[in-house]
Amino acid sequence: MERIPILKMGECLLVSIQVDMHDRLAVALHDDLTSKIASTRARGVLIDISSLDVVDSFIGRMLGNIASMARVLDAQTVVVGMRPAVAITLVELGLALPGVRTALDVEKGMAMIQGALAPRERRSNGRPPA
Amino acid sequence: MADPGSVLSDLLTKYESEMLARWMQVQLSAATLRRDLMRDEELREQSRQFLRLFSDALRREGAALDPSSKSWDGVRSLLDEVSRDRAQAGFSPSETATFVFSLKEPVFEKLREMHGRDGEALGEGIWRATVLLDQLGLYTTEVHQKNREEVIGRQQQEMLELSTPVVQLWEGIVALPLIGTLDSARTQVVMESLLQTIVDTRAGIAIIDITGVPTVDTLVAQHLLKTVAAARLMGAECLISGIRPQIAQTIVHLGVDLNEVVTKASLADALGVALERLGLAITPQS
Repeated sequence: MERIPILKMGECLLVSIQVDMHDRLAVALHDDLTSKIASTRARGVLIDISSLDVVDSFIGRMLGNIASMARVLDAQTVVVGMRPAVAITLVELGLALPGVRTALDVEKGMAMIQGALAPRERRSNGRPPA
Repeated sequence: MADPGSVLSDLLTKYESEMLARWMQVQLSAATLRRDLMRDEELREQSRQFLRLFSDALRREGAALDPSSKSWDGVRSLLDEVSRDRAQAGFSPSETATFVFSLKEPVFEKLREMHGRDGEALGEGIWRATVLLDQLGLYTTEVHQKNREEVIGRQQQEMLELSTPVVQLWEGIVALPLIGTLDSARTQVVMESLLQTIVDTRAGIAIIDITGVPTVDTLVAQHLLKTVAAARLMGAECLISGIRPQIAQTIVHLGVDLNEVVTKASLADALGVALERLGLAITPQS
């Protein structure tokens, strides 16, 4: 069965969805990501959906689930590159993905994760939070 | 007693040029004449055509004077044309209808001449002529109104296309000044153009300025929130600016929840916030 590759970059996991997402693929990605976050102790997950033309309610919910599950494992999730048509569809479906952070492209998403991780590193050095 | 339709028809055929001259005289001296919008020759031509078609229709129709029947197609199509031209030229409905109503004076004069002292026949003739001309006059008003409504519909469509510009205020900041009422169709257009601009300019912050939105009800608020949610999904943050005091009151009274969105009173304030988010500042030249 085909799988979506998950790349590790430092403390981040990078997922770029280049194929049409169907339900089984989404579930497989969900499982793979969970185990990968646990095994690599990743602190950030970046999901690039800029090549996705169609996002249905199931995939939308799956993105939300991935974000919640990553949060439980102490990782930040950023979804980047959503197309205008996809965004409008999701909003019309009533799926505003409240728990998911978003960015325009991979570059900005990466900056967002780095920015979110920086203060936590200071904290983990034993200094009190500002 | 002669049939009133054929009396009218005979009268028009016999005295056509005389009637036309008298009618023109009435029309040219009327207060509703618009020399600025229409030339006298054009009016004369329209009047001549109308009289000819009118007497044709009368002759064919005979006793039944029903302007909605088939014999009157010619008259109706001429009136269609006259009303349409006049509506486009900017005549008012009453000025348009006067074209037909002003024919009453010459017709009545002739009827009076013809019937002389026969009051009953005169009354009958005048009544029939009045009913007929009134119907035709009202028909011009109807056509006039229909034309005006078409113009309004076209203008609405044009406004829809014109009124959704998305402007770039700064590198990474776009603004969407909304003017006019926000309905579902417009929200769709607005949302699409905003999201496309966000992609094109790679803007991280979008300011929706609602200074030009006259009222905000729950539906408009919902449309705004949808746009904000869609922009957020794309990875851009939305600020709403230009909330007037009355609108702020309405929003609170309606119980609309705008807590998730940054709102500012003026576009300048929103730009300030946006610059701050991007780590920029505007300072005076030293």
